[in-house]
Amino acid sequence: MTFEQFIFYLLGAMAVISGLMVITVKNPVKAALWLVLAFISTAGVWIMAQAEFLGLVLILVYVGAVMVLFLFVVMMLDINLAQMKEGFTKYLPLGAIAAIATFAMMYMVLGPAHFGLEVTGNPVQHPADYSNTKAIAVPLYTTHAYAFVLAAVLLLVGIVAAIALTLRRRAPKEVLYQDINKQNRTSAKDRLTMVKMEAVVEKPVASKEEEGK
Amino acid sequence: MFDALQAFLSGFLYDWLAVLITLVIQAVAVILPIMLAVAWLTYAERKVIGYMQVRMGPNRVGPGGWLQPIADALKLMTKEVIFPNQSNKFLFIVAPVLSIAPAVAVWAVIPFSPEVVVSDINAGILYVLAVSSILVYGTIIAGWASNSKYAFLGALRGSAQKISYEIAMGFALVTVLMIAGSMNLQEIVEGQQGGIWHWYLLPLLPMFVVYFLSGLAETNRTPFDIVEGEAEIVAGFHVEYSGMTFGVFMLAEYAMMILISFMTAIMFLGGWLSPFEGIPLLETLFAWVPAFGWLAFKVSFLLFVFLWLRATFPRYRYDQLMRLGWKVLIPVTIVWVFVVGAMQYFKVGPWFN
Repeated sequence: MTFEQFIFYLLGAMAVISGLMVITVKNPVKAALWLVLAFISTAGVWIMAQAEFLGLVLILVYVGAVMVLFLFVVMMLDINLAQMKEGFTKYLPLGAIAAIATFAMMYMVLGPAHFGLEVTGNPVQHPADYSNTKAIAVPLYTTHAYAFVLAAVLLLVGIVAAIALTLRRRAPKEVLYQDINKQNRTSAKDRLTMVKMEAVVEKPVASKEEEGK
Repeated sequence: MFDALQAFLSGFLYDWLAVLITLVIQAVAVILPIMLAVAWLTYAERKVIGYMQVRMGPNRVGPGGWLQPIADALKLMTKEVIFPNQSNKFLFIVAPVLSIAPAVAVWAVIPFSPEVVVSDINAGILYVLAVSSILVYGTIIAGWASNSKYAFLGALRGSAQKISYEIAMGFALVTVLMIAGSMNLQEIVEGQQGGIWHWYLLPLLPMFVVYFLSGLAETNRTPFDIVEGEAEIVAGFHVEYSGMTFGVFMLAEYAMMILISFMTAIMFLGGWLSPFEGIPLLETLFAWVPAFGWLAFKVSFLLFVFLWLRATFPRYRYDQLMRLGWKVLIPVTIVWVFVVGAMQYFKVGPWFN
């Protein structure tokens, strides 16, 4: 076994186990954390498959941003898990059938008959200075430029919609709002007045020995 | 050197074991000096702030207080780790690990001198950005697992702050790689060859400021340390931590400070390059300085700025901090991305070699 194979199987096992833990573990926060581990190990597998740009972006976007927001939501919720797990055994057979059917279909379409090594041949080995980032960027900004811009506009619409839906301003007497411009316009002159005072000179206190006399 | 070691080991061991042992030795060779640097950075911080406030700073342990970090480490290691009532014990222990692991893993791609780097990958900047984005989990998990309101509030603030400033940081990095045309950190340094006016500091001056400010916010340093704002929420996300679990959070914070300084020096201040390249007299005068010497000098200066800012500025209010991040830094970076893009397209500017 080479070192690369060892790492590959290690990451693969981590991805599978953490995927299973996401759906079996009781605590939702822990489930989210297992999902994070699943993302990280998948990113590792991608990097081993010479897709280092995608792997690192997976960590940057999903682990660094999306899952953090997920955790925010999950942590704030007060979920009673016993209630949510009710009827688990009742629906288990149905769920198992659905899962097996999905797996069978995926196997038929994506299985070794279509994507095995005999069909596709060995993956191309790129030299060490091959830039995967450039290989993605050039077609993205040339042949697929319109689709790319369209996706960007779609995301922008999503941002605007999300903010418009959740933004609510309440009457100023209900909530205290900060007026940043007003705060920035203040100067020391408005807030601080210098007062001239006579210095108070304290008389020296008589020491203890003198008091005793 | 490490290739020779690996070849020697694989003579009588399994191949994968030889690789593993070599990797561990490389990791120790990088992590150990960093941990020592962290220890004496805490000492430097207390001394520097002490002198700025006309105090002595620590001066009891060893000559001039130089052994203070060792005393601190021993104290933290021997103290009891207290688990809060009804806290989630497993996550409570995992949180410090989650914050130190990325802070150490990032160092794999940082070049210390030409060719002195553990792993010279071609997506170095992206790796640094991705791995340091995992850091936020340490804060969130610590706050949630402690079962304390103060810790939870601190964790929420902290993670919101880190995610916000990561965007500005990412854009600042984008401008650097637009100019350098590479994400490999060594190539970025080599692109700045030819004296101080060829550094990316000049064409990217606003980005340098944005990157350093975001770095301050990422590492929870004053004036952006609302994560642990002791005036409002006691000590933030690590109120409930004691002993070495607390120490690990501190280690991670200082390791990240050093990392941010290294990244700033590499990307904007020419890394290990001498500032006097191409100047007739000064170049020969300073030829004796080793490559790592220049990098260490720049990093030390940036670390001093970290401490200087801490001694100078009061803490930001939370909404002001968010405003600075979203309404000032991010627009500046976006504008500058377009400026750099236009300059590259029209080949303007004498700076880009």
